[in-house]
Amino acid sequence: MKALTIEPNMGRPDDFYEALVEAHRDLTDEQSQALNAALILLLANHVGELEVLRDALRRARKTVTDNPPR
Amino acid sequence: MNAIANGSFRRPVAVVGAGPVGLTAAIDLAQQGLDVVLLDEDDTRAIGSRAICFSKRTLEIFDRLGCGERMARKGIGWRVGKVYFRDRLVYAFDLLPESGYRRPAFINLQQYYVEDFLIERACELPNLDLRWKNKVVGLVQNDEGVELRVETPGGTDALFFDFVVAADGARSPIRAMMGLETKGRVFRDRFLIADVKMSADFPTERWFWFDPPFNRNQSALLHRQPDGVWRIDFQLGWEADPALEKQPERVIPRVRALLGSQIDFTLEWASVYTFSCLRMERFRHGRVIFAGDAAHGVSPFGARGANSGIQDADALGWRLRLVLEGKAPDRLLDTYDAERVFAADENILNSTRSTDFITPKSGVSRTFRNAVLELAKDHPFAQRMVNSGRLSVPSTLTESALNTPDCEPFAGAMVPGAVASDAPVRCAGRPDWLLAHIGNAFVVLYFTDGAPQDGVSAAVREFERSSIEVRLLIVTRPNAFAGSVSGITVVEDSDGLCARRYDGRPGTCYVFRPDQHVCARSRRIDAVWLRDAIDRATCAGALTLAKEVR
Repeated sequence: MKALTIEPNMGRPDDFYEALVEAHRDLTDEQSQALNAALILLLANHVGELEVLRDALRRARKTVTDNPPR
Repeated sequence: MNAIANGSFRRPVAVVGAGPVGLTAAIDLAQQGLDVVLLDEDDTRAIGSRAICFSKRTLEIFDRLGCGERMARKGIGWRVGKVYFRDRLVYAFDLLPESGYRRPAFINLQQYYVEDFLIERACELPNLDLRWKNKVVGLVQNDEGVELRVETPGGTDALFFDFVVAADGARSPIRAMMGLETKGRVFRDRFLIADVKMSADFPTERWFWFDPPFNRNQSALLHRQPDGVWRIDFQLGWEADPALEKQPERVIPRVRALLGSQIDFTLEWASVYTFSCLRMERFRHGRVIFAGDAAHGVSPFGARGANSGIQDADALGWRLRLVLEGKAPDRLLDTYDAERVFAADENILNSTRSTDFITPKSGVSRTFRNAVLELAKDHPFAQRMVNSGRLSVPSTLTESALNTPDCEPFAGAMVPGAVASDAPVRCAGRPDWLLAHIGNAFVVLYFTDGAPQDGVSAAVREFERSSIEVRLLIVTRPNAFAGSVSGITVVEDSDGLCARRYDGRPGTCYVFRPDQHVCARSRRIDAVWLRDAIDRATCAGALTLAKEVR
């Protein structure tokens, strides 16, 4: 089964993180949610492999379900 | 029940319900020579347009039943759909970008016309006994047959049949009489449908709006029908009051908001509906076989209701005939169940996904839906995700037990279990269509460069001694083979599309079931292979069992 890459894969992680936060500057929460949705769709198409995407969805969901709100 | 054995009125088959599915089933059976009784509790055709989109596959089935041309001439052919988000065009799709098919991707035709034309065809068949105002009120079956108690204008009759086809609709009284259930998902949403008469010069396309200015936060659909009638669907939401919303004084302003003030129209019919995706666990219950909405229900997005029901009838006719004539074992009917349950699940999956896209069930689902629609304007990948209905195409029955697995590699879509693709041909010097020569019996299609080899005719002639009717169809290159072979149809592959769509080369051979599905193919034909393939496709005897054990 194809798995998601979880080892470091980008040369300048700090630059990306800054760009990600910057992309949301001055947006309402609703606009930010719309941006995130579009971003997920764009990146998902770039990844392409359904198995990899399912692995990512599973890992992302786990970060939430493993840490129920206190 | 002793009366079943020595009953006064006995026929091989009753079909209950004279809607599009029941009529199709009855015509198919009668055309094959069986005595059929078609019972309907009413004596009126459908009111309002109801089902309007009839697919290419449905037209091909109607062609086989001798009424496709009538439907296609009256209907309005279309293949382009346009999707709007708010006030902007998001993208357009073409359902049949390739030419070389007799029938278009879809026609729009009011259900009452479809029923009229089917009734006309039914009345041409002397062995089809169509009885209006005959209401089935009781059903008992045993090993020997089925007894139906039928209320008629002249009193209550007891009629006896070998088999009963229940095509009596979504609320199937027969299903209820037998204490059977249908299960699935009920959607909490309401839709208004309106038939509107007007002269407008909109193109003949399917137009779908997400969240349009004239129906905020809901969807709408516009479709052209014959006679200057347009069908408009407005999503209303669950809170809408159905009795109120179908009043003309509520409907007309909605239509006006869509069309603008310049277009004059009259309202012909309006109705408010809800829907559910349901199916029975099994479609065969002994001698009673369910088809169409009685067996399965889908949401209307994708036109998968009537079209899939007509495909049920198509799958059932030849099986019932072979079983009734004693040419195939009873278990051939179990394969109807397996194939049509598979197809129903595919249709339910597709229509459920469409419904979830059109009516998002949560805030985040709506956010993603809207993001897809925004991206679709200039991102081709997102256009593929826009789901305003995945329009009906026949299931490819790759898992059918009637298929003979391939032994050689083939390219293209004509895998065992697929519906035969049409293609233009010439026959006796005249333009013709391949599908006109396939169906109603098993057909062996053989590709050749020149005169057919002796082995082919010999392999097919073997079947002249058997009970199963098999016809040979020869496909040649244009002008390659001028002669005729007695009793064998020869067609020329005038546009090369037979060879392309079937990956056909000289020596390639396909076997089609009477319902035009591919059941076997090979790069060379021989009598043993052909006999095995047809035995398998008819569940005949020891061979099928032996292969399953292996």
